[in-house]
Amino acid sequence: MKILVSLKRVADPDNANKIKVTPQKIETTGLEFKPNPFDEYAVETALRLTENAANTKQRLGEVTVVTFGPKEAESTLRAALATGADKAIRVDATDDALDGDLVARALAKLIETEKPDLVLLGKQEVEGDANQVAQLLAEYLGWPQATFAGSIKSEGDTALLVGREIDGGTMNLRVTLPAVVSVDLRIVAPRSVQSVHTKADHAYPEGVRFAALMAIMAAKKKSLTEVKLTDLTGDVGLKIKYTGFEPPPARKAGVKVKSVSELVEKLKTEAKVL
Amino acid sequence: MANTLVIAELSEGKVRKCTHSAINFARQVGGTFSILVIGSNARAAAVEVTGFGAAAVLTAEDAALENPIAERYAPTVAAVAAGFDVVVVTASSFGKDLAPRVAAKLGAGYASDIAAVKVDGDKLSYKRPMFAGNAYGWCEITTSKQVVSVRQSEFAAAEPSGGASAIGSVEVSAADPAASRVAFVSLEAGKSERPDLGEARVIVSGGRALKERFAEVLDPLANLLSAAVGASRAACDAGYAPAELQVGQTGRVVAPQLYVAIGISGAIQHLAGMKGSKAIVAINKDGDAPIFQVADYGLVADLFNAVPELVTELKKG
Repeated sequence: MKILVSLKRVADPDNANKIKVTPQKIETTGLEFKPNPFDEYAVETALRLTENAANTKQRLGEVTVVTFGPKEAESTLRAALATGADKAIRVDATDDALDGDLVARALAKLIETEKPDLVLLGKQEVEGDANQVAQLLAEYLGWPQATFAGSIKSEGDTALLVGREIDGGTMNLRVTLPAVVSVDLRIVAPRSVQSVHTKADHAYPEGVRFAALMAIMAAKKKSLTEVKLTDLTGDVGLKIKYTGFEPPPARKAGVKVKSVSELVEKLKTEAKVL
Repeated sequence: MANTLVIAELSEGKVRKCTHSAINFARQVGGTFSILVIGSNARAAAVEVTGFGAAAVLTAEDAALENPIAERYAPTVAAVAAGFDVVVVTASSFGKDLAPRVAAKLGAGYASDIAAVKVDGDKLSYKRPMFAGNAYGWCEITTSKQVVSVRQSEFAAAEPSGGASAIGSVEVSAADPAASRVAFVSLEAGKSERPDLGEARVIVSGGRALKERFAEVLDPLANLLSAAVGASRAACDAGYAPAELQVGQTGRVVAPQLYVAIGISGAIQHLAGMKGSKAIVAINKDGDAPIFQVADYGLVADLFNAVPELVTELKKG
């Protein structure tokens, strides 16, 4: 199976409360870049689908990782190559020149030449929190979509059984490839991804894999190509324009209560919510 | 003045209450609005939304629309939307799945999960939470046709305004060719008598600290308060609570009158999903846990003692 994964770097999401918000912009200075967690999960999913877990050195498919970003974003791609991805493409662009629609259009164009069987994306990028590229891309390609996947079982490399995490439960869909799938948090649980290559009862370690030192060295030799955004999309304008920013309203400082009875008293007489 | 199309969401043949948030948005935009009810039993459900002041309630009913598959719904929604300026749906999993597909068909920009709308003459600006709710961005859509999804916790459910909108049916468009490559298999719905997380007045939410005793400890309190039950990501990942209970940046975003966080440390991603709550109570044995920074009332205690004690205290009345 040939899989294309989009991967973006974001300011350290575990320190998102340290960003500085001015009316003109959101500053992330001082925060380390990390892969967008959902995208990292998409890479892990792609690797699980293209290997036999008993022998992960032998690749049984091809995973291409794509990012949109400046030259420095290549380190994010190299890190993905080190964990097992086969090749990488960087679309040269800066965040302010992108919106979800433009990314989807560019990916659609790239897919014309890359011809993957499956496109895997994180369900949302945790800076913009927009949750839309997978769905837009599926429409532009005319492919089926399965969003918010918490589980994927491949069926002979031609179809996937996808468990979608929806409000109130799980919706199971069968999509025939080629298709676009966006992944949710639970996709990296030990048994969430079942490929045709790996024994059905195999349990992966929770979360994403780390690269071995040797693999990090070897990743430097893997293919990483650069493409210009305008070569993919032409001169298309943005559909979303930001005009200003503001910090969230601060919550007033709370109090610590000493006992359960004091808590109940305060909820009744002060907060008046009981 | 804008003419807005509200997409109603159906579940088990009824209009989900989250739809009322999208109606609230349409009222704020002003102008006129219509409601599209789409599904396999749209006509029966349509009567539920005739009392909200819509110019028309439109139904698109077809057996093939039994399950909300975007490849089947989007063509009809886009065809109906041709006569409107703004298309709005609530940012539930249904809305988030469908809206971008509709926007792409219309060539329209899509502002997702918005928290507010500002109307300035003909110009609409949308406020969106970003960076796990640590910033809000104001944005505009540059295309004349606009698609938005609204955050349920930020747009209060619209109340009925009386009157009776006319119900009219619209033609169901042919499904996307891609629909032949996606098949509904099954729905595993969490069975619960409790209110939906998005609609509950009180939420009792638990973290990993509850371990296998998640339900045993939380259920008596939730029952007593007629509360919905929520969970942290850690509790869901560990299997102590089902995934659909997860509250957070990428789970359900809630804003009840009272949110009781039990054994939840308060990761940034969790706070993003609940810090809009009116009153927040935190019970945690770690006094330095970040949850206490947003809690109105914090109790540093062992939850396995404190929660049963809280139940006993509340029963005293």
